[in-house]
Amino acid sequence: MKNINNEQILNILKNQDHTTVTILSSLLSVQDEIGYLPKNAISSIADFMNVTTNDVWGVASYYLNFRFNPPGQHTIEICWGPSCHIRGASKLQSSVLEKLKLKNQGDTSDGKFTLKFNTCLGACPQAPMISIDHKLSGKMNSSKLLKMLDKLN
Amino acid sequence: MSFEALKRDSDKRWLDLTTGSKPWIRVSSAMCCGTSLESDSIVSEIVNYSEKNKIPINIDTVGCHGICYAGPIIDILYKGQPRIFWGNVTRDNVIKILDNYIKNDEVLTDNLLGTLGDRFIKGIKKIGDLPGMSLQNRIALRNSGNIAFNDIYQYIANGGFEGLHKAVTKMSSDEVISEVKDSGLRGRGGAAFPTGLKWSFMANSKGVKYILCNCEEGDPGAYNDKGILESDPYTLIEGMAIAGYATKSTNGYVFIRHGHDDPIDRTKEAIQQAYDNGLLGNNIFGSDFSFDIEVSLTGDSYVAGEETALMESVEGLSARPRSRPPFPAAYGVWGHPSTINNVKSLAYVSEIIRNGSEWFKSIGTESSSGTAIVCLSGDILHPGMYEVEMGISIEDVVKKIGGGIPDGRSLKMLQTGGPLGGVLGPDSLKVKIDFDEMAKAGAILGSGGIIIVDDRTCAVDLTKSLVAFCQYESCGKCFPCRLGMTHLLEIVEKISRGKGNLTDLDLMNKIGRNMQAGSLCGHGQLGYNPISSALKHFQKDFESCMDGNCPTGSCNERQIVFPENTRPNSWQTIKGN
Repeated sequence: MKNINNEQILNILKNQDHTTVTILSSLLSVQDEIGYLPKNAISSIADFMNVTTNDVWGVASYYLNFRFNPPGQHTIEICWGPSCHIRGASKLQSSVLEKLKLKNQGDTSDGKFTLKFNTCLGACPQAPMISIDHKLSGKMNSSKLLKMLDKLN
Repeated sequence: MSFEALKRDSDKRWLDLTTGSKPWIRVSSAMCCGTSLESDSIVSEIVNYSEKNKIPINIDTVGCHGICYAGPIIDILYKGQPRIFWGNVTRDNVIKILDNYIKNDEVLTDNLLGTLGDRFIKGIKKIGDLPGMSLQNRIALRNSGNIAFNDIYQYIANGGFEGLHKAVTKMSSDEVISEVKDSGLRGRGGAAFPTGLKWSFMANSKGVKYILCNCEEGDPGAYNDKGILESDPYTLIEGMAIAGYATKSTNGYVFIRHGHDDPIDRTKEAIQQAYDNGLLGNNIFGSDFSFDIEVSLTGDSYVAGEETALMESVEGLSARPRSRPPFPAAYGVWGHPSTINNVKSLAYVSEIIRNGSEWFKSIGTESSSGTAIVCLSGDILHPGMYEVEMGISIEDVVKKIGGGIPDGRSLKMLQTGGPLGGVLGPDSLKVKIDFDEMAKAGAILGSGGIIIVDDRTCAVDLTKSLVAFCQYESCGKCFPCRLGMTHLLEIVEKISRGKGNLTDLDLMNKIGRNMQAGSLCGHGQLGYNPISSALKHFQKDFESCMDGNCPTGSCNERQIVFPENTRPNSWQTIKGN
């Protein structure tokens, strides 16, 4: 794992693109920049915001988007909200799980993929929705999705 | 620059666009078209074509036309002809369409949707005759698809900021509140509370005050808030500024979930343009009214859309609801008086002030004036975002606008108002879209999402996915919701696996009643709704599933893999430095 030093984190915190700086805005900025929250980010944000590490961890562990280890090279999100569910999202889930040899959302051991189950990607007319590296694709089916994954390899 | 000069300047630019010698090409680019259907690459194809062939054009990316099934849509305005629309355009066919029309005046009929404008072309139908368009009455979405989402002058040329100008220069704060009260505008976020009345709670307090615009919108099946921000962020900014003037507030926050890059970036850009033109900031229109707006991002949490949880999130904390009282109007963000309005509620405000309350009241029904923006998804021929007048029947929305159920299937269930809303049967088709009528029928209009479900889905299966959503998104602050949702999901899941018995229904009812009585916010209070409403209409499905005979087989076919919590137990156990 690449070491991220405190100075780098402090730089991110100072230059964050949020007018009102809060614990949450700081966490979002670090994750946007680095892709995850390294351990020292928690203490750096605590120092920067003049709060305790527990305060920061409380927020970081509440929101479902924060992660604490580097993501895979590609992030695949599958929406399992009701709109997508009735259009066949569970089939997408099972075929991708099988393909990536995973039991649930998480990272593949080779560090290539991160699989995430999302509750709403916000483009329900095109359900079922998936997103690969933050790019949405709709009207998805298993064979189309598996082909897209093959292309990433 | 004075507002009059700004308006003159904008009108001139608009005239150049609409009557100038260059073709004006507009490409729709909102959530679905933009990222999912690649309208960006269509735009670059067109720009390449124009440069290569030395054909000067005006090109704009615009917001959502609502007929999402036809996206991405392009239209051309050229040589005094009406706007001509093509749908389902791709990178591969767009040049052929352009080339034939611009060079040869030939309108390709493949992918042709129709024309828009007073004039028409013989042999081509008008887009207003499309079923998805003729029944719409677009107020909040009036500019959506017509103006570039990143050009404030196009907004001003279409009557933009006239409402704010009128409010600030000709009306007192109290008059603005009365006008909104008289219009009968009710909150579009779910609770349907009268907007003007909500504002009046803020009128007498002094000092720093906040207008919070809620665009958290985590409801599966609803995407109209993000749709407005992507298509016409200016109408929201103007509405917020008017709300700020009416309540004598100083600051506004647009609250959006991080990661929805298009609505976020477009809103930020629009805010900046408003500042650059003196429409936000200090002493707006030379008056003593000053108002600032910024975008506030939240993390992934459905409950963050609850008004007090939203305030916690704006403060940068975990989005868990506060207990009330004190209410936000007395003690809101950082302890200052605050008003929370939904994007849609604020999107109407500028037009209400510009055209008067009588005008708005004349649209819709007695108790629900104006329009509703409904989002159709699920098993429907024409999914999309449609703005309809209140009072239209659900049947007209589903069958006429939505085009009915595809694949020769029949309608089985409707799910309205987000996951906490109700599951309805086909008999609800006659219900009118109206806050009170829908409440009487045991449903809520909520944020406007309508998920249409055909006869391939078992009611237990749909309920399971709704309950799973609510359980997963419970914030965990109060135990009736945290434990109740978990227990409810266990039971529904058991039933869907062919186990369970009738006593389970009683048990669920008991849990549901306790959740309603004991939960701090709407998430827990309404958490039993999906089950109780499904049971009301489809108890037979539950009973069959208990016997191991799922009526459609969908319970066995669709096994949701519930996301597992993968985070470390404490921050000390995070690996690395």
